Amino acid sequence: MATQRRDAPGLGEAGVIAQPPGVARSGDDLTLAAAEADLLAAPELSGSLAEYARLWLKRVRGGESGMLPVLGGLVLLVVIFQVENSKFLSAGNLTNLLVQAAVFVLLGMAEVFVLLLGEIDLSVGYVAGIGGVIMGELTGYPLSLPWWVGILAGLAATTAIGLLQGTLVTRLHVPSFVVTLGGLLGWEGVMIWLVDRDGNATGGTIRITNDIIYDLVNGNLSPVAGWAALAVVVAAFAALAIMRDRRRRASGLAAPPAGLTIAKIIFVAVAGVALVTVCNLNRGVGLQPLSGIPWIVPIVLALLAGSTFLLGRTRFGRYVYAIGGNAEAARRAGINLSRVRIAAFALTGLLGGAAGIVYASQLGSISIDIPGGTYVLYAVAAAVIGGTSLFGGRGKMVHALLGGLVIAVIYNGMGLLGLGSAAQFMVTALVLVAAATVDALARRNRKTSRAA
Amino acid sequence: MTADSTRPAPEAPAGQAPPPGREGEPILRLRGIGKNFGAVQALAGVDLDVPAGQVTALVGDNGAGKSTLIKTIAGIWEPDTGQIFWKGQPVRISSPKEATDLGIATVYQDLALCDNLDIVQNMYLGHEVRRGWLLDEAGMETGARRTLADLRVTTVRSIRQPVGSLSGGQRQAVAVAKAVRLQAGLVIMDEPTAALGVSQTALVLDLIRQLARRGVAVIVISHNLSDVFAVADRLAVLRLGRIVAAGPASEFDTQTAVDFITSGTSSRAAQAPAGGGTSGPEG
Repeated sequence: MATQRRDAPGLGEAGVIAQPPGVARSGDDLTLAAAEADLLAAPELSGSLAEYARLWLKRVRGGESGMLPVLGGLVLLVVIFQVENSKFLSAGNLTNLLVQAAVFVLLGMAEVFVLLLGEIDLSVGYVAGIGGVIMGELTGYPLSLPWWVGILAGLAATTAIGLLQGTLVTRLHVPSFVVTLGGLLGWEGVMIWLVDRDGNATGGTIRITNDIIYDLVNGNLSPVAGWAALAVVVAAFAALAIMRDRRRRASGLAAPPAGLTIAKIIFVAVAGVALVTVCNLNRGVGLQPLSGIPWIVPIVLALLAGSTFLLGRTRFGRYVYAIGGNAEAARRAGINLSRVRIAAFALTGLLGGAAGIVYASQLGSISIDIPGGTYVLYAVAAAVIGGTSLFGGRGKMVHALLGGLVIAVIYNGMGLLGLGSAAQFMVTALVLVAAATVDALARRNRKTSRAA
Repeated sequence: MTADSTRPAPEAPAGQAPPPGREGEPILRLRGIGKNFGAVQALAGVDLDVPAGQVTALVGDNGAGKSTLIKTIAGIWEPDTGQIFWKGQPVRISSPKEATDLGIATVYQDLALCDNLDIVQNMYLGHEVRRGWLLDEAGMETGARRTLADLRVTTVRSIRQPVGSLSGGQRQAVAVAKAVRLQAGLVIMDEPTAALGVSQTALVLDLIRQLARRGVAVIVISHNLSDVFAVADRLAVLRLGRIVAAGPASEFDTQTAVDFITSGTSSRAAQAPAGGGTSGPEG
């Protein structure tokens, strides 16, 4: 803090409130005056785009690198795989990659809720399995219930599991690691038991016969619908961003410069156009044309947007961060810690169930061979690679998206190169450890710069 | 707001002899507060008046009962005997929430801040302003800025920076601003300057004066007598669970305060108050 700027352009924009008055007492005049001069505020947001860029650079150098490392790593991996195999960036493979990433992303998002509290959920892989199995049994022969009944029942079951585990952790003070380690074993057992009850499951596998559920992952939006959806998303994003800035300005608060907001909107639009364009290219093999965005992409993005909103804009989300940051402070602020914690575990169950349903849809079946143990590790890895802390309080939903994409890129790229799971596991491990190392170094950097 | 900054405010009737509480009704009045932990008598009938708009320093040696006393006021535990009067009314304070609801805010030594949240988020933690289901960020930021401006906290770069990036004095300021924002009538500060350097200490002491100037009653616990004399209007010395001396700070000096803290009496002080507060104010 000692190295703050003393020239303060654009005073009054933000941060600076009033010139400090003279000192009331005798005695400390000198020290107080010195302290005030030394710490005299420089506004964080003075308005110009260049100023923003400078402050951002400063933050990055100060250790708050945010998502830069994972974005850089993602680009690096893509470049490597593209150099090794030119099919990597083909429309067909990129679309396939997005589909493969969906389960990892959803599991990572599920894990972020509990990681933010400083807890962990090791059971989410098999909880996902239970969600998929219940959905598959209800929609398959002989019940053949409607698709939405199956999905709701599956999600309700996994949410209830989350509630149960959260209650054990919160009310009985059993460490979440132990409760969910038990879940990792127990829910696999429950899943196998459920499948064993089902006389129509052959070899422990339940086939997905409902077309709508099968199409969640394997169906595509028509190209026109894809463009329309993109237009709606970009318009909504732009409207929200502009309205927020306007409201802040109306309240006399510092808002980001219009240039930055426009740049963000353009970035979203360009990324969306790229996504839709790639997915709308004909990726059919042979004579059968195939194009359009897989349904799973907007589904995952909608869940991502919803979860981000929940964490960033609601009181519940604020309390999750507060508990992860300092549970004692949250308790003294009158927050009901138990309710928030149980709700977070329930949300982990909910998103885990969604991941299981997506997994079943993707494969067209759900079997007791679902690698729930590996998947839970991928879930934690996705969140951590993206930049979410294991110690609570730091992290975002979008981290799970980026981390899940990294895992999918490795999985997909290794497959293209004809490398087996041996290489895939090792590379994923390297990326995970590298991500954690970058984070640890950045944090050390931040600590020392604060102490100075 | 510039005229009052040149002199200690508010005007305390200097040189008044005890008993305390002559300057209007004290906002908090303790009578005969006693607290035992098993066989250990932590508080043995404490009488204390805390007037609004003044800084009351509670001093005493380790184990004198300072922490027990403030925890009793803050609702951490109830006294075994005695009565607490808040704004003239007898009250029972049986939980921290009840204390907060009355308008008693305690800034503990650990400050109870979330390092990962920013200043605005910390100041409104547990009392978020919402528009419908959503957090009213702009409204909260405006309110936080106003509170900090009232307290003349001008040293933070941006109120949207995480509290973890602040200096010790700034963190203390955020904790105090949080209490002020809740319209606290009494702010209790436990060792506010214990971990701070010289310049940070000066900032916090100035902040305490700002609080008193706003009409808030402040109780400061401190081991540092020079800080105490720099900031306090009144002094109360606690020894072995009893108040052994209390009165305007001008009637004490470092030596008499040390005498009271260590032995419970002071030969010098015995003469000073009788002489009508002739001992000069100690800076």
